[in-house]
Amino acid sequence: MTTISFRLNGREMTRTVDPRQSLADLLRETLNLTGTHLGCEHGACGACTVEVDGMPVRSCIVLSAMCDGRSVETIEGTRADETMNIIRRHFREKHALQCGFCTPGMLMMARDIIRRHTRPDESVIRAELSGQICRCTGYMGIVAAIQAAALEINA
Amino acid sequence: MKAPAFEYVRPRTLDEALSRLAEDDGAMPVSGGQSLLVLMGLRFAMAGTLVDISRLPELNRVSETQERVFLGAATTHARIEDGKVPDPSLGLMPRVANKIAYRAVRNLGTIGGSMALADSAADWPACLIALDADLVIAGPSGERREKAETFVRGPYETGLAPGELIVGIDIPRRKAARWGTYKVNRKSGAFADSMAVVVDSSSDGPARIALTGTSSHARLLRHASAWAEQNRAPDPAALRDAVIADLEEADPSADAYRIRCHIATVTRALAEARA
Repeated sequence: MTTISFRLNGREMTRTVDPRQSLADLLRETLNLTGTHLGCEHGACGACTVEVDGMPVRSCIVLSAMCDGRSVETIEGTRADETMNIIRRHFREKHALQCGFCTPGMLMMARDIIRRHTRPDESVIRAELSGQICRCTGYMGIVAAIQAAALEINA
Repeated sequence: MKAPAFEYVRPRTLDEALSRLAEDDGAMPVSGGQSLLVLMGLRFAMAGTLVDISRLPELNRVSETQERVFLGAATTHARIEDGKVPDPSLGLMPRVANKIAYRAVRNLGTIGGSMALADSAADWPACLIALDADLVIAGPSGERREKAETFVRGPYETGLAPGELIVGIDIPRRKAARWGTYKVNRKSGAFADSMAVVVDSSSDGPARIALTGTSSHARLLRHASAWAEQNRAPDPAALRDAVIADLEEADPSADAYRIRCHIATVTRALAEARA
């Protein structure tokens, strides 16, 4: 076992973890933050995307132990984030989700895409989203929502 | 996808990491873990102890001179993509970095890790062979250098001896060379079916064409490089013959599809360099 201290959604915490435990399992199983979804569990689907030190990562292929001293933000931590609320509104208006399984990962990635590309066009959004899989295949709505949100955020 | 139990340590210094690796046969270095943790989850790879080298100062060092750029092994693909570290390649390395996997993976995955794993379709081995880069390697008996070209030896096989670590990549600075690269993959972010990197002939040195996405490992294509060195006028048939001659060594088991991919990526990469 190894002891880690980290910041989770703005709160400092210390936990003792099994070295083989992924960040995703720490969040879901130990901390009951089940907004982070686990799809493939091997870094292929993007459903479990969270931010570590302000960068999106796949929490199924990050060890909890690696987060010692880091700052982690999950979808639950974005409730008061103005940018994320605009993105969420556009996801609703553009019908950018059906079953909702991929949505937390899509939202975390969408915010990062808008942060890095300001006002991305459709081809940039599609290339950047290629690591996020939606099995309802609602990509049209997701891409449209990100594009519309970017235009509002970076008007 | 849960890896079997292992221990995890994060040494503070390179010496501490090296002695940990030297004294324990089951110890394996990990930095971003973006390939290794997947392979361990699938139980293709095993380690008794993971030695986290991602925060070692020596592996995060970046330095540059007029002639060369040194990138610590723990430099992430995203930092190269974003131009956060010096670029010795006139834009080639940021472009290659941008096409590796997905952003969330590039935020953690490292250039040193890509070289140490030596996946047969990995991007950095081909890029660094084309750029004629050296690897700086530390081990129990001190530091040594090895050319990227000889370092990758087979699928997941490298010149690293047990107990050794890649400290960084030392890359000669290009001042005049034009470059091109082309990758064929099923979807953006997937591993390459074929990827070619061309650093063209210039006052910096002779043409170097490297290929990845073969059944073994990234290679310098000697015939294609020599052809590009000697010929400026486009001649698709002659270039094709040179690539086919190279494939006898570089990818002897390639099927018709793969051969077409290799010819296409080399041709398009060279055309981009010369556009």
